[in-house]
Amino acid sequence: MGGSRERVLARVRAALSDVPADEPVERHPHRSYADGHFEGDTLEVLVDRLLDYKALVERVPESELPGRIAAALERRGAARVAVPPGLPSEWLAEASVERVGDVPDAPLSSMDLDATDGVVTGCAVAIAETGTIVLDASPDQGRRALTLVPDYHLCVVRSDQVVDGVPEGVRRLDPARPLTWISGPSATSDIELNRVEGVHGPRTLEVLLVEADG
Amino acid sequence: MSSATFLGMPPFPEAARSAVEDSRTRHNLHKATHTIRGKRDAVVGELGDDWQRLRAEGEAVKTHTLRHLDHYLEKLEESVRRAGGTVHWAADADEANAIVTRLVKQTGESEVVKVKSMATQEIELNNALEAAGITAYETDLAELIVQLGEDLPSHILVPAIHLGRAQIREIFLDKMAEWGVPAPEGLTDDPRALAEAARVHLRELFLRAKVAVSGANFAVADSGTLVVLESEGNGRMCLTLPETLISVVGIEKIVPTWSDLEVFMQLLPRSSTGERMNPYTSTWTGVTPGDGPQDFHLVLLDNGRTDVLADTVGRQALRCIRCSACLNICPVYERTGGHAYGSVYPGPIGAILTPQLKGMSSEADRALPYASSLCGACYDVCPVAIDIPEVLVHLREQVASTEAPLGEKALMAGAEAVFGSSTALDAAQRAAGVMRGAVPKHLPGLAGKWTDTRDIPDIPEESFRKWWNEREEGR
Repeated sequence: MGGSRERVLARVRAALSDVPADEPVERHPHRSYADGHFEGDTLEVLVDRLLDYKALVERVPESELPGRIAAALERRGAARVAVPPGLPSEWLAEASVERVGDVPDAPLSSMDLDATDGVVTGCAVAIAETGTIVLDASPDQGRRALTLVPDYHLCVVRSDQVVDGVPEGVRRLDPARPLTWISGPSATSDIELNRVEGVHGPRTLEVLLVEADG
Repeated sequence: MSSATFLGMPPFPEAARSAVEDSRTRHNLHKATHTIRGKRDAVVGELGDDWQRLRAEGEAVKTHTLRHLDHYLEKLEESVRRAGGTVHWAADADEANAIVTRLVKQTGESEVVKVKSMATQEIELNNALEAAGITAYETDLAELIVQLGEDLPSHILVPAIHLGRAQIREIFLDKMAEWGVPAPEGLTDDPRALAEAARVHLRELFLRAKVAVSGANFAVADSGTLVVLESEGNGRMCLTLPETLISVVGIEKIVPTWSDLEVFMQLLPRSSTGERMNPYTSTWTGVTPGDGPQDFHLVLLDNGRTDVLADTVGRQALRCIRCSACLNICPVYERTGGHAYGSVYPGPIGAILTPQLKGMSSEADRALPYASSLCGACYDVCPVAIDIPEVLVHLREQVASTEAPLGEKALMAGAEAVFGSSTALDAAQRAAGVMRGAVPKHLPGLAGKWTDTRDIPDIPEESFRKWWNEREEGR
């Protein structure tokens, strides 16, 4: 194995004999492009893009969040709901559902997760321009399987987590954490390049966008 | 349950002749490529002038990385190891296949689930695993269709692009039962029903699989992060639920820093599926305790890439981020489809990448640089500004300058007789827009075989590039 490592690296170096030895290895880019590409209200754009990708979206005043979560779960008919270890306890205070907790000491199996009706989480970042929600497996989101196996994902996004465009989103994220970028429910364009929503990931994504009570 | 191979396929002119006679395939391709072009134009247009700035930055990042690839490979290796992953180096396909086979055998498993990956298609990993008694299940919908149909991929992004919904339905009904959960009785050809059938077919497999094999769209040197973009969630299933993950990644997939992803996460989805963002992107850095596979292996693959790197003109092909925009815009691809190129990398990028990776020792590989009208549309849409026509002409010169079989010699001689030199041929064809009506309906030499079976595409009054530039100026 060591032999191939040296062989490949030697081939690379030989292939690059035209590159001047004093050419700097580190690059310091001067990025000329914009952080965002739209005019208008960031939260409105996020809602517009989420709807465009067939997610369900509601804007919610903070004080109403527990009630709106309960209402969403009831609408969905979700009786057994997977819960990440650090979900704020007040979020499910008004929901009459069975909470299926996933904790590090006793993780649910894939089959257990498959037997739930959905999952409720927070998020790390949301990118308005692309309608993207990023999960970073923090305690209010749980490990990645939690938001993958259940067929319904109810995600709470706080307005201060929303950024305009991709560059700001990337800056806010920690690559050391496992990240999942989600833009709408699972979909495929593999049949005649027509987009069809709902394949292996959650087939329904519902977003509650929370703003401070005004 | 055998896997097809491109090995032994006839050279492009011969394969193209039969491909264009297949009217159903041509219909499917026309419909699909025109659909995707429209979507791409819309989402690229949304970024206005910034698209060209992002494109220039994408080009600059990739060019810089390639010029210092040894440095970044070592950096990536160190970062992945630090994060708990194991790094393997494979000089060629056989070595990569042997590494993956050994790693799977060490787990004691005899099946793996696969995320769509061009690198593993290139090395024909599934055949190698099959020979070792290991079943590889493709989980991307299009790859699944190709695998069930014992077919070959014909497009980088959508390997089953040559098939229409009715054909896909037939394949599901005929073949799903051989591999696992059968297609439901009464399956219709509604894409929703077909996607649902795929979900049911693969569900239990995802939940039980212990080993997954993937590629990666990007490997970040400074953080050791691997990135996979996908749509269906099959990627997430494979990258998250199994205990062992083996990722086979070409050495050119590196970007230096995490922040470089802000460029490529804008360029790639808009160029490939014509979306502002693909439904799912997964990133992982080594192993995360309690979350996802606890055993992670990165196999760094050369397999001819260092030969491409050694060619100062041809090396730009290694910037490719596999978006497929050049396939979707190409008048030749639209008419012949992907199979005629005899490679997992079809279309304009395949015409420059395949012969460089494989070394142009076979007639099939030597014919590929001629599978183009040099119209330049591929360069215009490339998100990392690979000048495909420049490399095509460069490779034609190489073919012509070596002891070539008579066909290629004859082609170059014929072309030179008409246009004076290959460089002049390039210039003349790029200028074809102003020569409408003066262009012969048949090309000389080997390319004549190509025009035997079809009309040369009508040359638009205005080239794409000219239209684009005027459009940009008007903003």
